[in-house]
Amino acid sequence: MPRVVKSREEFEGEIFESLVLVEGKDLPVAPAGTEFSEIAKSRRRVDGQQRVTGRARYTQDVYLPGMLHVRVLRSPYPRARVRRIDTKKAEALPGVRGVLHRFNAPKAAFRGEETIFREEVRFVGDEVAAIAADDEQTAVEALRLIEVDYELLPHVVDLEEAIGDMAPRLDTDGNVAEAATHKRGDAKRGLKEADFVVDATYRTSTQLHNSLETHGAVATWDGEQLTVYESTQHVFGVRQGLRAALKLPFSKIRVLCDYMGGGFGSKGGVGKYSIIASLFTMQLGRPARCILTREEENIAAGNRSATLQQMRIGGKGGRITALEHISWANVGQGKWVANPTGPTNTLYDIANLSSKSYKVVTNAGSLSAFRAPGYVEGTFALESAIDELAEKMGVDPLTLRRKHAASPKDPMVGKRYSDKHLIECYRIGAAEIGWQRRRAGGVRGSAPHRRRGIGMATQIWGGGGGPPAYATVHVNSDGTVVLTCGSQDIGTGTRTVLAQICADELGVELEDVHVRLGDTDNPYGPISAGSLTTASVGPAVRLAARDAREQLLGAAAGVLETPVAELRLESGVVVTKGARTPLAEILGKVDNNTVIGKGGRHPNDPELSLRTFGAHFADVEVDVQTGEITVEHIVAVHDIGRVINPTTARSQVEGGVLQALGFALSEERFVDRATGRVMNANLENYKVPTVKDVPAKITVKFVDRPDRKANNLGVKGLGEPPIIPTAAAIANAVANATGARVRHAPLTRARVLEALAIAGARS
Amino acid sequence: MLRGPGEADIAFTVNGAPAKVRAAPRRTLLDTLRETLALTGTKKVCDEGTCGACTVLVDGRPVYSCMTLAITCEGKSIETIEGISKDGELHPVQRAFIDADAFQCGFCTPGQIMSIVALLRENSAPTEDDVRRAVAGNLCRCGAYPNIVKAGVSAGKRKS
Repeated sequence: MPRVVKSREEFEGEIFESLVLVEGKDLPVAPAGTEFSEIAKSRRRVDGQQRVTGRARYTQDVYLPGMLHVRVLRSPYPRARVRRIDTKKAEALPGVRGVLHRFNAPKAAFRGEETIFREEVRFVGDEVAAIAADDEQTAVEALRLIEVDYELLPHVVDLEEAIGDMAPRLDTDGNVAEAATHKRGDAKRGLKEADFVVDATYRTSTQLHNSLETHGAVATWDGEQLTVYESTQHVFGVRQGLRAALKLPFSKIRVLCDYMGGGFGSKGGVGKYSIIASLFTMQLGRPARCILTREEENIAAGNRSATLQQMRIGGKGGRITALEHISWANVGQGKWVANPTGPTNTLYDIANLSSKSYKVVTNAGSLSAFRAPGYVEGTFALESAIDELAEKMGVDPLTLRRKHAASPKDPMVGKRYSDKHLIECYRIGAAEIGWQRRRAGGVRGSAPHRRRGIGMATQIWGGGGGPPAYATVHVNSDGTVVLTCGSQDIGTGTRTVLAQICADELGVELEDVHVRLGDTDNPYGPISAGSLTTASVGPAVRLAARDAREQLLGAAAGVLETPVAELRLESGVVVTKGARTPLAEILGKVDNNTVIGKGGRHPNDPELSLRTFGAHFADVEVDVQTGEITVEHIVAVHDIGRVINPTTARSQVEGGVLQALGFALSEERFVDRATGRVMNANLENYKVPTVKDVPAKITVKFVDRPDRKANNLGVKGLGEPPIIPTAAAIANAVANATGARVRHAPLTRARVLEALAIAGARS
Repeated sequence: MLRGPGEADIAFTVNGAPAKVRAAPRRTLLDTLRETLALTGTKKVCDEGTCGACTVLVDGRPVYSCMTLAITCEGKSIETIEGISKDGELHPVQRAFIDADAFQCGFCTPGQIMSIVALLRENSAPTEDDVRRAVAGNLCRCGAYPNIVKAGVSAGKRKS
């Protein structure tokens, strides 16, 4: 019988208490050093063949018979009232089948608003109208024929301008709203009593996700059922959004995402494009496809907020006495804010602390979660400031951190960590980078005008996962297995890792497990975000596989006329004392059958704080003439519990480091203040790292000890941790190399030269 | 031969087989492959020649198919990701990508592979730098670059 229990989960830095349905008993964690058949083994991706042959079908590759192509007319103004729309000319164009806009579209609830086409458009890229046509080119041409009468309104796009008194007020209660605050001890007094104080302002620029597959959906309505193929990190979230917008019951909506071309946080729920495609298919009776262009992706599909952060940090006697952190983040037209003070509140055991996080609205595209939202921005400021303080105090920055990093308790909520090996991360990382080589003031680089230095930074993140997550394991009569769950594989290797867990627990060969996911007709699975998939879905898969194994052994006992206690299932073979019988042979003796195992994720212990920890070390060379930074070596060490697949884990870390390198050195959205337009909404002028930007060496290490209190596998997540500390580690290495402190990410050549000039003026 | 402005018949070979399509002069090779010939392995990412995801081989040379008009391909030989495995056997570059875990989401993968396939025809034992140069025009947002370079080098070793 299922029962309701309390659970406590963390998602993207926020804690949620929930009631969850569970059944039966959870399984114990295998201790460290256990030899598994599939877990903790490097395995090739189970979907590799599909991906390298071009056969993997992504949302973009879904072409249905009679499909209409939808294009969206977007506001060219950052703020305006849509007074009138004339679509006569557009509708007269041959091949145009439908038009939607604020005067004719049905109400459709979307993120707290009643409609998807606003009367007052609020950023360049806001949806004004949509056209469905027989082919894409016709839709594009029709957009140009729509006449819109806009009444322009005053706007503001820049974060610091929006905070100021002169900016137009976009919300009735102003542009700035307090979003989070935390206090412990007395920060003011701690700062007063400190011998050394750093008071510095840090900035981070807006980063654009640029998933290679743009956001998009293909929707088809058969009069009864709406099927939506969507490039998403959460099929169930899309279904929830469509239900709210279209007022259809869950049973009439099916959302599918088989292969997915990158998410990084921005594909967390339904988009206006999927609602628009759904409205068209329901009105016109033909499938409708709405896939964003690269430009639309970069103006209207989310971003990582730019931030302005003030840090005051005090030290005395080799310790940190107090920390004050105030953050403002440009959320554009977003309704929430990621919290850059998250790491400040939780990473170090600092007695006197005060933090505040403000949300600032502007006439720019909404933020969306971007791989460790808030934590990437906040860690840049926090970990830069700690190095600045260490420099002022004349102490080693790693030694200073060690004094505040050993606590087994979460300093914000007072609960014990389920497990924590941060000091071990420091030890491994320092040895790998050669921390003892680090000299105050850096060393000469490969040429007289090149300086070399070493820096490091720490990361804290959630990743403990939690319920709800379910899985079923079907064993066919030929001994092959279908594992079904509602999760997605957004490129992280979810299919592979879940197949390994299933094969290991069930006792079959990995290649006999087929994984089906990305479908709301499957049992519920959580969003592929927050580094929670392995720790949420993995334990459910293990329980489902265990359930199936017990049933299989029961069947084998009957067929072999041997007591269950004498049977084992290994590599698809039932082993008894004297004989080995393939599973297929046993199941073949019973009439057509399907053995069905099911499992659900059990709750987390509400008395524990589940966290991942890690540290990155950077060895860089800086050309003091050009301001160019060359990252020679990154060492990434993470404590994420047991590692299921060392190969995919390593890839995940390398990818995180490289995405962080973009944030640290080159990625920056530019918005023209006068017109509100994004000036680099493309891959030409928005600089994501290329193969040539990869550091000469990336060393990846894991503490790799099961977190025995986390879940039945002892695993935690890894998606986000590796993007968090890289930028600060690089900034600290640059400061070590040159004495120049760059307080604005990305550390472009211009900013490095400016900081060099300031450092030179001081010395 | 000057053709257009209306639709024109275009004949070329795709993955060794003759193909005839009718396309407007402005239609790209990428859209022709994906929408007319249903070869969706080649991906559209930027559609303006900045990312390399749509890389295919035209007469053996890697090109951005989003920047190539179908009408310019008359009589040419086009190879796409669907055409490089033979008789159900993966191409050595495809095998090397799987072995080296050289992809995550896989969306850039067909383009990366085609760039390296072209490289190996010119240089059967490429160095890491050779591979980097070959895929310098292929963006990967997941950051699989280190493994892509490893895959390229090891595919060269397998071939020779």
